[in-house]
Amino acid sequence: MKTAETPQSKPRRRFLRWLWTGLGLVVIAETAWVIAAFLRPRSKAAKAGSSLFTAGTIDEFAPGSVTAFPAGKFYLSRLDDGGLLALHRECTHLGCTVPWSESEQRFVCPCHASTFDSRGRVLGAPATRPLDMLAVRVENGIVKVDLSHRTRRVAYHASQVTKP
Amino acid sequence: MSTNDNHDRSNDRLGWRTVIAAAPTEPASERDRSRLARFSFLTHLRPVRVSSGAIAWSHTMGLGGTSLVLLVLLVLSGVLQMLVYVPVPAEAHGSVATLDHAVTFGALVRGMHYWSANLLIAVMLLHAARVFFTGGLGGTRRVNWIIGAGLLLGVLGAAFTGYLLPWDQRAFWAVTITTSMLEYVPLVGAAMRETALGGSELGGATLVLFYTLHTSVLPIALAAVAAWHFWRVRRAGGVIEPAAGNEPEKVAFLPHLFVRELSQALIMVAIVVVLAAAFGAPLGDEANPGMSPNPAKAPWYFVGFQELLVHLHPTVAVLVLPLLGLVAFVLLPFLAAPREGAGRWFLSKIGKRACVFAAVAATVATPLLVIVSDRFGSGATGWLTGGMLPIAIVAAMAAATDVFLHRVVHAPRDERRQATVTLFAVGFAALTIIAQFFRGAGMALGWPWGA
Ligand code: HEM
Ligand code: FES
Repeated sequence: MKTAETPQSKPRRRFLRWLWTGLGLVVIAETAWVIAAFLRPRSKAAKAGSSLFTAGTIDEFAPGSVTAFPAGKFYLSRLDDGGLLALHRECTHLGCTVPWSESEQRFVCPCHASTFDSRGRVLGAPATRPLDMLAVRVENGIVKVDLSHRTRRVAYHASQVTKP
Repeated sequence: MSTNDNHDRSNDRLGWRTVIAAAPTEPASERDRSRLARFSFLTHLRPVRVSSGAIAWSHTMGLGGTSLVLLVLLVLSGVLQMLVYVPVPAEAHGSVATLDHAVTFGALVRGMHYWSANLLIAVMLLHAARVFFTGGLGGTRRVNWIIGAGLLLGVLGAAFTGYLLPWDQRAFWAVTITTSMLEYVPLVGAAMRETALGGSELGGATLVLFYTLHTSVLPIALAAVAAWHFWRVRRAGGVIEPAAGNEPEKVAFLPHLFVRELSQALIMVAIVVVLAAAFGAPLGDEANPGMSPNPAKAPWYFVGFQELLVHLHPTVAVLVLPLLGLVAFVLLPFLAAPREGAGRWFLSKIGKRACVFAAVAATVATPLLVIVSDRFGSGATGWLTGGMLPIAIVAAMAAATDVFLHRVVHAPRDERRQATVTLFAVGFAALTIIAQFFRGAGMALGWPWGA
C-alpha cells in the first residue's frame, strides 16, 4: 500500500484506471452484442426445403375467382382478364387474417372492418396499404407461388399481375 | 455496539433472532423499541416511529403497500403455474386447460394471478394519482417518481407478455394487434415488430421470448427496482406531509402503522381470492392463426392507443402521442410539481375545484370528439386531418380550460397545472373506456349492452 502512494506511481495509477474503465466498457459492449444477437429475429433461411408452393393447374381457377390457400397463408386471385395475383392473407391495418366474402366480392377484415378488392386494393379504411403480394409463376400450366418473400406495396399497379 | 446489545443473542449462533426477533407489540421502553428495530432484520425494514398524520388512511390510502401485496401474490401464484405451464404453441393452451380442470386448486391459483395482475395495474395508476394529487413528487421525491414510472412500465410489460401465454384466440390476436401497431413507426417499425415477435409472424419464437421476459427478466428487475423505490421513500423521510411549523407528532410503527398495513394487506388478499374463486380467469378457444375474432382488441391497458388509431394518422397515434405522453409522465415532477401546498390533497380547495372541473370537462369532451370524428372523419387520416387538426383542437380546448380556471376560478399556477394533467389523464381514461366497452363488431361505436 505504501509504495502505491509514492509520486512516481501516479501515471501508473491513471493508466490502470483507464485500462479498467476501457475493459469495463468492452465487457458491456460484448454483453450487449450477445443479447442483441439472441434477440435477432430468427431467419427463415434456417428452414430447409423449397418455398415454392404448387397451387394447381391454371384451369382450376376460373376468371373472376378468389381461392384460399390456408397452408400457404395466401389467396390466389384470378382476375376477369385471366391475370393472377397471390395476396397474403394478413390485413395491412393491424395484422388480422382477412377472409374473402363471396357475396360481397371483397375481402372484409373482421377486426376493424377494412375492406379490399380482389386485387388487394383498399376499398375501406382503416387500412392504408394494399394487401402484400407473393410472386406467382405459371410453368407448363401449373401455378406456383413463392412463399419465401412477401412484397409490400404502396399501391396497385397493373405490372403486379402475372399473365399466364 | 456495546456488549450489552449482544446479551440476548449469546446463544443464537445462526442468528435466527436477528431475523425473527421477538416483536412484542408493546416494547417495555423506548430503548427496547429502537434496539428491536436496529437489530432485527424484519423490523429494520420499516421505521421505528412514523408521523401520526402520515398514517391516516385518507393520506395515502395505502395504495403503494397494496401494490406490493399484489406483486407478492403474483410471484407466488406465478411460480406455481410454472410447474404446469408449457411454453410451446402446440401445448400451451392445453397446459392452461390442465391447470383449470385437472390440477387441484389450479383454477384458483390461475384466477389469483389474473386478478392480481389486473388489479395491480389499476392500483398502481391510482397510487401514481395519489402521489401526484398530494404533490409528493417534488424535491428529493423526483427521483422516486421516475423510479415509479419504471415500475409502471415494467408491470405493463409483464402484463402484456403474460397476456400471450394462454395461447387462446384472445391472447393471439391481442398480441398480433398490439405488435402490429409497431409497424407504423417510421423507418424502424418493421424491424421493431420482428424483434418483438422473434420472427416475421407470431409463433413459437414469440412465445418463448414472452415467456422468458414474463417469468424471469421482468420479475427480477421489478423486485430490484421496487426495493429501490421503498428505500427512496425512507430516505425522503417518509411520505409527503403538509409543511407544519412544529415537529409532527410521532407514533410507534409497531403497532400503529403495522396493524393498518397488515389489515389492508389481508383485505386485499381476500378480495383477490374471492374474485378468483367467483370468476376465475378466462380461457377461450385455442389460437387459430387463420381466423380472427371480431372485433380484435388490444389488452384493456393499451386499448386507448388503439382508439387513437381509429381517429389519427398512424404515426401520430402509435408513435408521437404515446412518446409524448410517456415523456410527460416521466418528467411530471419537472413539469407540474407544486412549489407549495404539497402534502394536502389537490394542494388547496381551489385546486380541488379546478381538478373536478377538468375531470368533468374531459369526460364530456372526449366522447363528443370521438363521435364527431366517427361521423364526419372520412376515415382517411392524413397528416392534416389526422394529425395537426385534432392536436390543434385538443390543445385549444386545454388552453381554454386553463384560461377559464385562471380568469374565472382564479386558480393559481400550480393548481392549474394539476388541472391540465387531470384533463389529459381523464381524457385518456375516457378513450380507454370507449374502446373497451363502446366498440363492437368491426370496431363500430355502439352501446355495451348491444342493440
Ligand atoms: C410495483 C409498483 C409500486 C409499488 C409496489 C409502490 C410502492 C410504494 C410505497 C409502499 C410507497 C409509500 C407510500 C404509499 O404507500 O403511498 C410509495 C411511494 C411513492 N411512489 Fe410508489 N409504488 C409503485 C409504483 C409507483 C408508480 C407507478 C409511481 C409513479 C410514477 C410511484 C411513485 C411514488 C412516489 C413519488 C412515492 C413517494 C410519495 C410520497 O412521498 O408521498 N410509485 N410507493
Ligand atoms: S386488422 Fe384488419 S382492419 Fe384492423
